[in-house]
Amino acid sequence: MSEVALVARRGLWSDARRRLRGNRAAAAALVLLAAIALAALMAPALSPWGYDSLDWQHLAQPPSLTAAHWLGTDRLGRDLLVRTLHGVRLSLLLAVLASAVSLLIGVLWGAVAGLAGGRIDGAMMRFVDVLYSLPYLFVVIILTTLFTRGSLMVLALALAAVGWLTTARIVRAQTLALKRREFIEAARALGVPPHSILVRHVVPNVLGQVAVYATLIVPQMILFESFLSFLGLGVQEPQASLGNLIFAGAQEMESAPWMVLVPAITLVLLLLCLNLFGDGLRDAFDPRER
Amino acid sequence: MACAMLSIPASAESPGATPVLSLSGLSVTFDTPQGPLRAVQEVTLSVSRGECLGVVGESGAGKSQLFLGVLGLLAANGRAAGSARLDGQEILGLPAAALDRVRGARVGMVFQDPMTSLTPHLTVGEQLIEVLRRHGRLTRAAARERAQTLLERVHVSDAARRLAQYPHELSGGMRQRVMIAIALAGEPQLLIADEPTTSLDVTIQAQILALFAELKRTRALGLVLITHDLAALAGVADRVAVLRHGRLIECGPVAAVLKAPRDPYTRALLRDAEPGGGVPPAASAAVDAPRPPERTAALTLTDLGVQYDIRRGWLGAAARLDALTAVNLTLRAGEALGVVGESGSGKSTLARAALRLLEASSGRVVWMGRELAALPARELRGLRRDLQIIFQDPLGSLDPRMTVAEIVAEPLRVHERSLDAGSRGAAVTAALARVGLSPGLADRYPHELSGGQCQRVGIARAMVLGPRLLVCDEPVSALDVPTQQQVITLLAELRESSGLALLFISHNLALVRRLCERVLVLYLGRMMELAPTATLFAAPRHPYSRELLAAIPVADPDIQPARLARVRVGEPPSPLSPPSGCVYRTSCAQAGAVCAERVPEWEEPGAGEGIACHRWREIS
Repeated sequence: MSEVALVARRGLWSDARRRLRGNRAAAAALVLLAAIALAALMAPALSPWGYDSLDWQHLAQPPSLTAAHWLGTDRLGRDLLVRTLHGVRLSLLLAVLASAVSLLIGVLWGAVAGLAGGRIDGAMMRFVDVLYSLPYLFVVIILTTLFTRGSLMVLALALAAVGWLTTARIVRAQTLALKRREFIEAARALGVPPHSILVRHVVPNVLGQVAVYATLIVPQMILFESFLSFLGLGVQEPQASLGNLIFAGAQEMESAPWMVLVPAITLVLLLLCLNLFGDGLRDAFDPRER
Repeated sequence: MACAMLSIPASAESPGATPVLSLSGLSVTFDTPQGPLRAVQEVTLSVSRGECLGVVGESGAGKSQLFLGVLGLLAANGRAAGSARLDGQEILGLPAAALDRVRGARVGMVFQDPMTSLTPHLTVGEQLIEVLRRHGRLTRAAARERAQTLLERVHVSDAARRLAQYPHELSGGMRQRVMIAIALAGEPQLLIADEPTTSLDVTIQAQILALFAELKRTRALGLVLITHDLAALAGVADRVAVLRHGRLIECGPVAAVLKAPRDPYTRALLRDAEPGGGVPPAASAAVDAPRPPERTAALTLTDLGVQYDIRRGWLGAAARLDALTAVNLTLRAGEALGVVGESGSGKSTLARAALRLLEASSGRVVWMGRELAALPARELRGLRRDLQIIFQDPLGSLDPRMTVAEIVAEPLRVHERSLDAGSRGAAVTAALARVGLSPGLADRYPHELSGGQCQRVGIARAMVLGPRLLVCDEPVSALDVPTQQQVITLLAELRESSGLALLFISHNLALVRRLCERVLVLYLGRMMELAPTATLFAAPRHPYSRELLAAIPVADPDIQPARLARVRVGEPPSPLSPPSGCVYRTSCAQAGAVCAERVPEWEEPGAGEGIACHRWREIS
C-alpha cells in the first residue's frame, strides 16, 4: 500500500476536496448555496424594487410569473422576492459574523485552556460551565434591551456570546488529545516557547474539526436569529430578515399564505443546504471514509 | 511458486494427513485510484493439523492481506481470487452468513494489538462467555466454567478473578492470552495469529511463543504464525513460507529455510534476525578502542525519582506510583549508554526526567555543571539546543500540518533567529542530506513518507543544531527490521562523526548491543545492573539480566525449542504495590530469604559498573 502513497501526492485537504466532490448531495448543496448567496448579494442591483419601496397598485398580490412581482407582495405592496433576498442577506451576514466571532473566541479559549492544563484549565472551563448554565435566551434578551434594539452589532455579539461556549469545549477536547501526541512533546523538547506551540502546532491541527463545526454553527445562528426576530427582539421593520418576514407572514397566513411560505421555504432550503454541506465536509475530513 | 505439503517429508508425518487449509493460486487485488494494486500474487500453500506454518516477510509483503483475503475480511476495495479450501470445502466467495460461521467456529484469529481487539467496556468473562454461547448453546453457568478452563489452558494466572476484570486492567501479555483463549473458544481447526508478539516485551514474547508451541502439540490444530521476525518462528514453526512483494519466494521445513536458505532475500532476513544484526557491530569498535578515561561527565543524574499520585475518583485516597526510584548515573561526553527493561520499567520516564520534559519528584539532573531543575524556563529553552530527543512513533512525532522542510527548520527558527530564509533552507537541505534523505522530499508532508523516512526526518530535526546529547526513546521499535538496521547504522555514523553522547532506550537488546558502550538494566523503575556492553552480554551478573538475554529468540531451530521450553510464566508485579525488599524477587529463580527483607545495595564491582542484588556473588 505504501507504494500508492509514494506515487500519488495526497494531502488532507486535497483528499477532502476529492471526497467532497464525490458526495453528490453535498456538491449540489454547495452549488445551490452559492446561487442563493449570489442572488442575495445582487438583489438590489437586479430588481427595480427596493426592500422598503411600496407599490400601491399591487397590495397583497399572490405570486405569479406574469405579474410585476414574481413572488407576490405583502400588505404594504413591498416585493416579497426582494424582501426575502434582503432577509437572506441580513441573516447570512449576521450568522457568518456571529460564527466568526464565536469561533475566534472559542478556539483561543479552548486551546489555551487545554494547553495550559491544571488550575488555569479548571478555572477557564468552569467559567464556560457557568455561562452554559445561564438561560441563554435571557442573556440575549437583556443584551438586546440594554442596547439599541435591532442594532446589527449588538445582535451579532449576542449570538456570538452563546456560540463560543461549544466551540471552546470542542477545541479544548481536541487540544487535550493533541497534547499527548509526540509532536507537541517534540516541540517542547526543541525549546519552542508555549505561545509558539499554541499558534504553530495546536491551532492548525484543530482547524480541520473547527472548519466542519463552523458549517454546522452557521445554520444554528440563522435559526437563532430568525427566532429572535420572530419574537421581535431581532431585526426591526422596515429591515427584512427571514425571521421577521416569517413573523409578519404568519399573521396573514389565512388570507395570504404566500407571505409566510416564501420566506419559510427559503429558510428551510438555506438550512438544508448548509447542513448537507456540513455533513459532507465532516465525512470528507474523516480519513476512515476513504 | 507452490509450497505443497506432500513434497516435504517432515510435514507428511503430521497427525492429520489431509491439510486443514490449502490455498492454491491465491491472489489479492486492491482497486485504488491509481489502478489495481496486486498485494498477493498466486500463492499456493497448505497447513495440516498439528502443524505450524510460519509466514514471514517485511511489512507490505502481503502476508496479512493473504489471510484476510482467505477469510473475507479485506477492505472494501479488495478482492481475493484463486482457491482456498478449509477441510476440503471451498471458502472463497462464500456468502457472508456462511463465512461468519467459518470464522470463529472453525478458524480462530489473533491479532497484533490485543487492546484494540478487545471491547473496552465489557469484562473479559463477558466477552469470552458471549463467544462460547454463540458457538456452543451453553447455559450461562456452563459457559462461565468453560471460560475459566480456557483461561487456565492459556496459563492466565488467577483465572477466576480475571473473568471479572476489564481489558485495561490486564497487562499486554495477559490480554494477548485472553485473545488466544477467545480464538480457541469455538474449538477451531485452524488458528491464525498475525504478529501476535510484535507489540510485546521480549520476555512476554517468549512466553506467548512457548504457549503457541504447546497449543500446537496438545490441541492438534493447524497454526499459522505471521511475523516479520524469523527468529520468533524458530522454536514454534514446522515449516516456513517467505513472502516478498506478494509472492511466495521460498518455502520449506524450518530447519532447511533457517539453516540453508536458498533465496538471497531469506538470507538477508536471517541476517537481520541474528542478535547483533549481522552487520559488524558499530559499538564493538568503540568498546575495544581504548578511550581516554578522563572524558568529562556530561549528564549526571543523582537519586533521580519520579512519582505519580493516582487518585481514584474525586475524593478517593491517592495511591503513589513510583515510576522511577533512585537512579544514579553519569553519562560521559560522547558516550553511548543503553537503557533496557520491559514496558513499565521506567525507561521512558527516565528519558523525559533527564531532559526535564517532566518534573522529577526527587533528585537532581546536572548537565555540564548546571542543574536543570534550577534553571528558569527561558534559560532552559536556550539549553535545549544541546539536548535533543527522538521518539518512538516516527509519524506521531512530526506535526501533520507541516512539510518536512518546516519541521526540520523549526529548531533553527527557535534558536538561530538571525538566520535568513535562504541560509535556513541551506541548513535544512544539509541536515536532510546528512540523514540520507533527498532534498526532493522537503515539501512532502509526514503522512506521505514511509516510517523509516519519518524517523530520519525526526533525526534530522534533532541533529540540525548540532546537539551534544541525543536521547533516543525506542527510536526503531515501530519500524520493520531492515529499516531498523538502517536507522541504527545512521545513528552510529552520526555519533562517530559528531561525537555526541547517546542515551539509547530500547527493549531490543540486540540493537543496544550494536550501538552502546554501557548498558543500564531497569526493572520496575529501579536500577538492576549497569555494565559495559561486552560484559553484560558475555557474563550477566543480575538474574534479571540473564532472563532478558535468555528470552531473545535465536534463529536456530535446533536450540530455540529448548529455550522456549525453559520459559517461566510470570508477569512483573504492579508498580502500585511493588514487592518488599528486592522488587525482582517475585520473578527471580534465585531469590532467598534476604531478598524479601532488604532492598539490595548498589554495589560497584568496577568503575562505571554496578549491580543491585544480594546474591550476585553466590550465583555467578
